[in-house]
Amino acid sequence: MSRETDSTTIGKAVALCAICSLLVSVAAVSLRGLQEKNKREMKQRNVLDAVGLYEPGKSISELFKQIETQVIDLETGLPAEGIDPDTFDQQKAARDPKLSVAIDPKDDVAGIKRREKYALVYFVKGDSGDFDKVILTVYGKGLWSTMYAYLALENDLQTVAGISYFDQKETPGLGGEVENKNWKASWKGKIAIEEGESVINVVKGLNLESPQAIHQIDALSGATITSNGVENTMKYWLGEHGYGPFLNRLKQSRQGN
Amino acid sequence: MADPKPKDVLLRPIFRENPIALQILGICSALAVTTKLETAVVMSIGVIFVTAFSSMAVSLIRAEIPNSIRIIAQMTIIASLVIVVDQVLQAFLPDISKQLSVFVGLIITNCIVMGRAEGFAMKNPPKLSFLDGIGNGLGYGFILLSVGVVRELFGSGTLFNQTIFASVKEGGWYQANGMMLLSPSAFFLIGLLIWLIRTFDPKQVEKGA
Repeated sequence: MSRETDSTTIGKAVALCAICSLLVSVAAVSLRGLQEKNKREMKQRNVLDAVGLYEPGKSISELFKQIETQVIDLETGLPAEGIDPDTFDQQKAARDPKLSVAIDPKDDVAGIKRREKYALVYFVKGDSGDFDKVILTVYGKGLWSTMYAYLALENDLQTVAGISYFDQKETPGLGGEVENKNWKASWKGKIAIEEGESVINVVKGLNLESPQAIHQIDALSGATITSNGVENTMKYWLGEHGYGPFLNRLKQSRQGN
Repeated sequence: MADPKPKDVLLRPIFRENPIALQILGICSALAVTTKLETAVVMSIGVIFVTAFSSMAVSLIRAEIPNSIRIIAQMTIIASLVIVVDQVLQAFLPDISKQLSVFVGLIITNCIVMGRAEGFAMKNPPKLSFLDGIGNGLGYGFILLSVGVVRELFGSGTLFNQTIFASVKEGGWYQANGMMLLSPSAFFLIGLLIWLIRTFDPKQVEKGA
């Protein structure tokens, strides 16, 4: 075709790109507010889910008023100064060399290699100024993916109040069942911590009659590696390298009262 | 095939000239998003939207597109529309958007969309191209939904997350077929569907195979 010279081709390509980029930018900019709200609400919903406070149909931001968020320094267990809990992104911090520390391979039972210095914890407000439950972010390697969960503890800081796995890419129907409602419900009331260490045991063929059952969670059938991953996640995060210092400090400050 | 009729253009791709069953295009996403009907429906709507509007847009400017860069020009249009769909899903259906993850973005590489832009929209007027896009999107959706029904029903015992067979895991009687939740099952199901369609319509069988 004669009208196809290099300059018209380039001109038309530029024009097309300009129109398309305009379309894309308008969509991206005009929808950004909604998307960010969704992201925040999704996170809040998962937190509420861990303590069974999520009710479909109710406003999430309204329900979340029962929750108080705090950023803590994992090493000292003290609240971290100068970090805004609303904007702190814990998953991002875990990858940022400035905000995370490498884990000694022999301590790295959860297989996560690096750990963030600061973590988000959530308190469910109780009566008379004390907290009712505390929710911790935990994660560890499963078979295919890193599995993220919120683990809620009762105010004795030992008993599991609930768990919600919210991000994982395990085999659907097998390891993916960490998101199964009944399995998550089976955690409630288990004793997770004794003397500063996780005592959660994920076992095959759980016998509820056994005196050990209070520490035991039924393994997911057909998903040994995922189940082990869950146990190791708890071992790491509830121990001295994870939330140990924070839980200790919390316990001491309450005994002081 | 001179002057295709609007009705044919819209309806033939659903059964007679189904892009997945006849041309075996767009298989990748058909495996990935059909474990649940909900995601299959949203994905189908996304593809219908993208094929319809990209075909229309390509057809509108078909006389202006320089021949030497026509493929990349089509890609630009398709990619822009896909990003818009992805942004809209993230804003209005965040749950489903998360489950569909990369597969919305991968509509860009779905051969059905490209195939219709290059094969039909470059030669036909905008209105027909629009209908052709909708038709092919529907054909894709038809296969996705068929596969999705079987996979969700036998893999989880539910349809649209509503329990149909109470599964053993929920304390019922139905032992879910875990293979249905894995990608290979979609291959078997699409294969069976193609067999079924070609039994009813033997013209689709390739000669000399």
